[in-house]
Amino acid sequence: MLYQPWPWYVAGPLIAIIMALLILMGKKFGMSSNLETFCSIGGAGKFSDYFKIDVKSKRWNLLVVLGAVIGGFFGAHWLSPNPAVNISDKTVTKLQELGFDSAGKAYLPTELFSMEALSNLKVWIILLVAGFLVGFGTRYAGGCTSGHAISGLSNLQRPSLIAVIGFFIGGLIMVHLLFPLIFES
Amino acid sequence: MRSLAYIIIGTFLGVVLYKSEAASWFRIYEMFQLDSFHMYGIIGSALAVGIVLVQWIKKSKTKSFFGEVINIQDKEKSFARYILGGTMFGLGWALAGACPGPIYILVGAGYWPIILVLMGAILGAFVYGIVRSKLPH
Repeated sequence: MLYQPWPWYVAGPLIAIIMALLILMGKKFGMSSNLETFCSIGGAGKFSDYFKIDVKSKRWNLLVVLGAVIGGFFGAHWLSPNPAVNISDKTVTKLQELGFDSAGKAYLPTELFSMEALSNLKVWIILLVAGFLVGFGTRYAGGCTSGHAISGLSNLQRPSLIAVIGFFIGGLIMVHLLFPLIFES
Repeated sequence: MRSLAYIIIGTFLGVVLYKSEAASWFRIYEMFQLDSFHMYGIIGSALAVGIVLVQWIKKSKTKSFFGEVINIQDKEKSFARYILGGTMFGLGWALAGACPGPIYILVGAGYWPIILVLMGAILGAFVYGIVRSKLPH
């Protein structure tokens, strides 16, 4: 069981319990604010007062990040003998049309996330731009999937609902309108 | 002791998101193609349990494990920043196939190109901090 992919009805409640544990430790479940902490550690306070924060007060969240890295290592190297993700046949077909032949056979598309892919400048640009949108967008919106979609909605916050609607507007535009322009060659 | 607890919670989060494939680019694409219930099931069941737990913590005025008063802050009221920032994040989430939690998890899993996504994300957060006073909030 442990070595198979975990079903949604196991993962979802466990995520909620992780959020509750952090709240019961007097903290909150939010991953994207760490990006700002990294900026502050790197000296971004010289450029904007926004980054002049007490890094010590954010230390707990950096430890959660450290744990997430360790968890990723365990998950990939100890708990997953078969990395293939069993996505639906419809999805596999759509991805093959976009040139993703690794669909259904890998955990991440080798066309973007293998060392060979990095010989292609286009892949560098895609990954950096994608990251930039994630970083800028989450900080502008004040949270990401953990902070808004899980924590904010669990606390019945209207702003989080607006943000999550934004997440889906962006995601649907990217996948349906922009992917054919970016990937079809 | 507390430090170790945070690391263990993070590790647990990493294993759960990796093993449920929520950290897989393919699952994010499939979600935005509306081809599978999997991701909606994860977020939906997390919310169902999360709403109960948060409302219970608030109503019962439970103290934290360390005896402090728990204060769950409301999100600041606004529309522009949430819809604009949210849409930008959604574009990036679909393209990178990973939100911030999974980015860290995939570094641990050894998918090295994800480090470019992480670099881009830190740069994005930095640029936001510089230009934020000029943006509608």
